[in-house]
Amino acid sequence: MRTANTRSIVIWTLVALVGAAGWAVLALSRGEEVSAAWMVAAALGSYAIAYRFYSKFIANKVLKVDKTRATPAERLNNGIDFHPTDRRVLLGHHFAAIAGAGPLVGPVLAAQMGYLPGTIWIIVGVIFAGAVQDMVVLFFSTRRDGRSLGQMAREEIGPFGGAAALLAAFAIMIILLGVLALVIVNALAESPWGTFSIAMTIPIALLMGFYLRVLRPGRVTEVSLIGIALLLLALVSGRWVAESSWADTFTLEPSTLVIWLVAYGFIASILPVWMLLAPRDYLSTFMKIGTIFLLALGVVIALPTLKMDAVTDFASRGDGPVFAGSLFPFVFITIACGALSGFHSLISSGTTPKMIQKETQVRMIGYGSMLMESSVAVMALIAASVIDPGLYFAMNAPAGVIGDSVQNASQVVGSWGYQISPEDLAAAARNVEEASLLSRTGGAPTLAIGISDIFSQITGDSLRAFWYHFAIMFEALFILTALDAGTRVGRFMLQDTLGNLYKPFKNVSWKPGLVITSAIVCGLWGYFLWVGVHEPLGGINQLFPIFGISNQLLAAVALAVCTTLLVKSGRLKWAWVTGVPLAWDATVTLTASWQKVFSSDPRVGFFKQRSVYQDAIDRGEVLAPAKNMDDMRTVVTNSTVDGVLSAVLALLIVIVIVDATRVCIRHVRRPALSTLSEAPYVESKIVAPAGLIPTREEKEEEHDAVGAAPGS
Amino acid sequence: MLSGLLRVLRSVRWYVRELTDESAYDRYVTHVRTAHPDALVPSRREFERERTERQESDPRQGFRCC
Repeated sequence: MRTANTRSIVIWTLVALVGAAGWAVLALSRGEEVSAAWMVAAALGSYAIAYRFYSKFIANKVLKVDKTRATPAERLNNGIDFHPTDRRVLLGHHFAAIAGAGPLVGPVLAAQMGYLPGTIWIIVGVIFAGAVQDMVVLFFSTRRDGRSLGQMAREEIGPFGGAAALLAAFAIMIILLGVLALVIVNALAESPWGTFSIAMTIPIALLMGFYLRVLRPGRVTEVSLIGIALLLLALVSGRWVAESSWADTFTLEPSTLVIWLVAYGFIASILPVWMLLAPRDYLSTFMKIGTIFLLALGVVIALPTLKMDAVTDFASRGDGPVFAGSLFPFVFITIACGALSGFHSLISSGTTPKMIQKETQVRMIGYGSMLMESSVAVMALIAASVIDPGLYFAMNAPAGVIGDSVQNASQVVGSWGYQISPEDLAAAARNVEEASLLSRTGGAPTLAIGISDIFSQITGDSLRAFWYHFAIMFEALFILTALDAGTRVGRFMLQDTLGNLYKPFKNVSWKPGLVITSAIVCGLWGYFLWVGVHEPLGGINQLFPIFGISNQLLAAVALAVCTTLLVKSGRLKWAWVTGVPLAWDATVTLTASWQKVFSSDPRVGFFKQRSVYQDAIDRGEVLAPAKNMDDMRTVVTNSTVDGVLSAVLALLIVIVIVDATRVCIRHVRRPALSTLSEAPYVESKIVAPAGLIPTREEKEEEHDAVGAAPGS
Repeated sequence: MLSGLLRVLRSVRWYVRELTDESAYDRYVTHVRTAHPDALVPSRREFERERTERQESDPRQGFRCC
């Protein structure tokens, strides 16, 4: 038995005390305003302990990571996609790949139930589910030469579960793109400043693409700096445009923006990668890392006060205006990225395992970067909770509920118990130089208000409007990049599938196939975007739960694959490590789907909603918030589509879990029948530390090895 | 003092180049020179073209999350 030294006992006791103090203050304070410092303390204290103890336990006891075993990067090194990458660099790569709009949007919407439920789920969820999933998927994919999640599902569970996993990945991609595009439309509609600066990112990216292709190939850093400078110029000049006679040109209706976005997605995805996608990707990654860093700095320096209630009445009543349904299960699907995100399993299997130097590093890269992403989600929750709750609800309730005048909005929000005067609502919009902030649903504008609030506490009020549009631009920038990249991935899956029916589709550079499949994918997400914009009941309100369900569905697939692999690789006694998160995730997702399909509350259940509106149509009545019979028919069509989709997604989860359980039970009964497609053991020659800071033994080892460390 | 500053600057430059994959070409050249000494080394222009074409043919490479 190893004994711990006194110093580390003291340090970890202190860390535990800091975390516990944070939790205690968050949990016990009622009615008084709490500083965000306590949330930061609770989060960082818990992360530190989880990383030090739980992730170490998983790495050493459960996965038994082997530092003598060569990783695919070492064995298959081709200097291109397979190459051993310094752990600090790979941490940056992996974090930049998993962090996106998700952890910023979900927590903002979930703040309608108060900051406490969201905080607990983000922190507890990441420690026991999200980070575990990322790390275990990364480990198993590394042992399988960087196989993708879909391939692992097919090989380890079977063709049936594999097909369900593939279909799930496609469905989530489409819904994700539709919802993300909707977030952008809600942020840019009627905002000439925002629309102009986002439109300018296209010529900037084209210029950067030209520079990298023709002038100076591969000089990414210098071209990114040029790009960022131009981006900031576009941002500043957005204000001049908004105040000039051009303002009308860039003041677009939501339905016009839908057409522009779908057209953009289609054209961007058939253009060569170098022209638009690659340079955009550099820009948005730089902006993303920069803004997250600034936000962390802002939160720590300003330590703003949380104005939102710890738990609002909507948590138990389930009639919140942002999304319907009660705390369980809807907080757990609204906050996906940041706590548990199925999407990450696509990154953890695929790119990262081909670059990892040492198996021992899965802990730092898989678990560690998910903790970083979780802290981004905590910051987003802080940003949403520092703004006046009255303003929060006025911004996030659908127009059908609060109307389109500040007087009406103030009255409706007041009836929920949050007082804000019409003058204050108007002033909030004027402060950020927007015409109106009412029903700016989707999370991005709320986050931008929160960010501008925190930043202007440091830089002064004169920059408030700039920070607001900076935040909008930063989100819009990488959502637009995601539309392009996501359409390409969806198209790739579709080409692959259609290739089974008609051979030429398999050839990804066959132009007609490319155009047809791109159009199908854009048409599909464009449909959801169109529906979201024209939905009388509020697009985000209706669609976000489906997005959450589909993301958690993918997490269920990933966790089912992990659990099956733990069982099949003789780790049955540790199968709970991913089995318990899987059970929780399945419970949450299936309950949410069940309620979305069968609930008798028309705000929650899609089919109940459908029948209520259909009955009214039959009687010739118009139900608010619909304004006419067309609206009524739109509601009926949309709720039918949404309801069927929720049911199909739930069915897919059940198929994957049942199939995985079958494989596990068969393995326990007849282990001889199972096959495990693990790459054979090869001894590693690379010497590299496991964690961020090398231990003394690792330093000595590295010293003894000659010329092994890259970058030295 | 000055050498310390230089060292910091050098490691920042190294990190940025690695993170943006600007160093991909140098890495590839080193790899080809050591692993396949007889093989031809592509020019930087050719190499960068091939790199984006690879992303074109499998867009899952380098994909980012929501």
